[in-house]
Amino acid sequence: MSIIQAKNIYKVYNETHVPVHALNGVDLEIEKGEFTAIVGPSGSGKTTLLNIIGGLDLPTEGDIFIEGTNLKTLSSRQLIDFRLHNIGFVFQAYNLIPVLTALENTEFILELQGVSKKEREKRAMEILKTVDIADKRDHKPGQLSGGQQQRVAVARALVSQPKYIIADEPTANLDSKSTEELLTLMKKMNEKFQTTFVFATHDQRVMDKARRIITIEDGKAVKDETFER
Amino acid sequence: MLLAIAWRNLWRNKLRSSVIFISIAVGIIGAITSVGFMSGMVDQREDAAIANEVSNIQIHNPKFLLNDEAQYMVPGAAQKVSEIEQIPQVKGVSLRLKVTGMAASANAGAGITIRGVNVASELKVSDINQNVIEGTYLTQNARFPAVVGQKLAHKLDLGLGDKIIITLSDSSGTITSGAFQIEGIFKTANDQFDESNVFVKKSDLAKLIGYPNNVGNEIAIRLNSNMDTPMVVNKLDKMMVGDIHSDKIIIQSWDQIQPLLKSMVEMMDYFSYLFLIIIMAALAFAIINTMLMAVMERTREIGMLMALGMNKRKIFNLILLETIFLSIIGAFIGLGVSVLVVHHYAIYGFDLTNAASGLNSFGYSARIFFRVSNEFYFISLILVVIIAIISSISPALKALKLQPATAIRENI
Repeated sequence: MSIIQAKNIYKVYNETHVPVHALNGVDLEIEKGEFTAIVGPSGSGKTTLLNIIGGLDLPTEGDIFIEGTNLKTLSSRQLIDFRLHNIGFVFQAYNLIPVLTALENTEFILELQGVSKKEREKRAMEILKTVDIADKRDHKPGQLSGGQQQRVAVARALVSQPKYIIADEPTANLDSKSTEELLTLMKKMNEKFQTTFVFATHDQRVMDKARRIITIEDGKAVKDETFER
Repeated sequence: MLLAIAWRNLWRNKLRSSVIFISIAVGIIGAITSVGFMSGMVDQREDAAIANEVSNIQIHNPKFLLNDEAQYMVPGAAQKVSEIEQIPQVKGVSLRLKVTGMAASANAGAGITIRGVNVASELKVSDINQNVIEGTYLTQNARFPAVVGQKLAHKLDLGLGDKIIITLSDSSGTITSGAFQIEGIFKTANDQFDESNVFVKKSDLAKLIGYPNNVGNEIAIRLNSNMDTPMVVNKLDKMMVGDIHSDKIIIQSWDQIQPLLKSMVEMMDYFSYLFLIIIMAALAFAIINTMLMAVMERTREIGMLMALGMNKRKIFNLILLETIFLSIIGAFIGLGVSVLVVHHYAIYGFDLTNAASGLNSFGYSARIFFRVSNEFYFISLILVVIIAIISSISPALKALKLQPATAIRENI
């Protein structure tokens, strides 16, 4: 069964003034354990699609199902709760909480979920070890390099074992070495935990690792390729 | 963790937070010390009025209050005095003979109130003896001694040992005069009182105007604590209910005798809080501005928190906590400094010697001893918290309006 099902998705911004058609009827299915990149030129609609898949935005038309739940039927509060328990996020600008340490940033989602302090500390430390950044547990984001911050962001996304992880241009601010390390890490997590990753990217290095590449142009999915990697 | 984030967020922009801490602190220091000054001034006036002028409670014949004539005595005064002395809250009771008349010297004359007092009992009721700046208070053995206010002495150009001629009506209504020797000169903070009052021995005055020594037209009662005044008045009302109902006596507390002073005390309380609220309202705008800036600077961060699944209630609480921390730190600094300033001036007083003549003419002392109640400190702190909560609403609502999908792409 598909984890993510997008059916005939349309997204129009500024409907009342000068409408911008960001998505024009996208159909998409993503299975559990996929390592998928959504690619396309700037303004093609890939970030809009990622936002809709991530429950950050809702389609103007069409439906988005996550394991059978139609996100359009959820209230604003239910949607926030849904994101908290089902989706992990990795952002281009890392977006860690600057005043918290690496460990606290990783624990943060678990705390929002109401996990006990002992349990969340244990799980956060485990995942920090897995992403090989445990020695920086007491460092704040400002004391970490871009690559290290992105590792913490990945740890934060993974720690609650979400159904899938949305990563919007995760390598855009990283140098080649950090990019390679991060992609290797994500691939490892994908294989180890069967975590589904969906990227929006124009980074060729990400595309080279992806097993499926969906190309978006002018708000439509124009190409859907799979690779054995 | 919400507490930790809110607390640590405060220190992200130390300069901006410090400006707010200082603003709140200065506002509170300004409000509390001003209130301390004004309360001290009014309290001193109240204390002085009770100690030197009206005591806590007075009992009169109602007709005396209407006509101010010596003949309207308090019925059964001696008996009443001994009954009142039995009340535990009572410090002292003085039966006085109070008469209005004229004082004259070789050079000038003035309208005065002559207070005939029993020295031993008066010392427990009035602090005039402590305000004698030249000579002594009425001594038991001296013949026809008088203690006059400094202002009156200057007006009549009299000094210690000089004779003051007092003219007044006797018991038969005939004008009579007596010469008293000035044994002491007093000075209180109230020039008007000093200019219009002469203290003499009650036995001397009674003899001069033809009354026995055991009668009086005023019973002055001094209590150990002014707080007990309403309770003792109530007790006296019950004790003397018959005389009150038959209009033979009237019992008045100091605030009934000097209603202006009473309303001043009440107004002082009112203005203290009004003053504090105005300052806090002004500070609220600074707090709102700071928190709005903080929210705008952190648009992307708040968007990220929303994206990750932090619900609106928690976002609101985060902004609220941060605002409360910001305000409370400023409040504690302000309260701490205020306590020190008020404590200093409560002990050493705030010297206003340069304005002494003006202040004294209104009955105020030239050295103001600050006073701020613990209640006022506490209410100031509570008010800061309330202002912080109110101030956090606008920035918090702004934060809640953010859309995570757009907020996380903000470049600010």
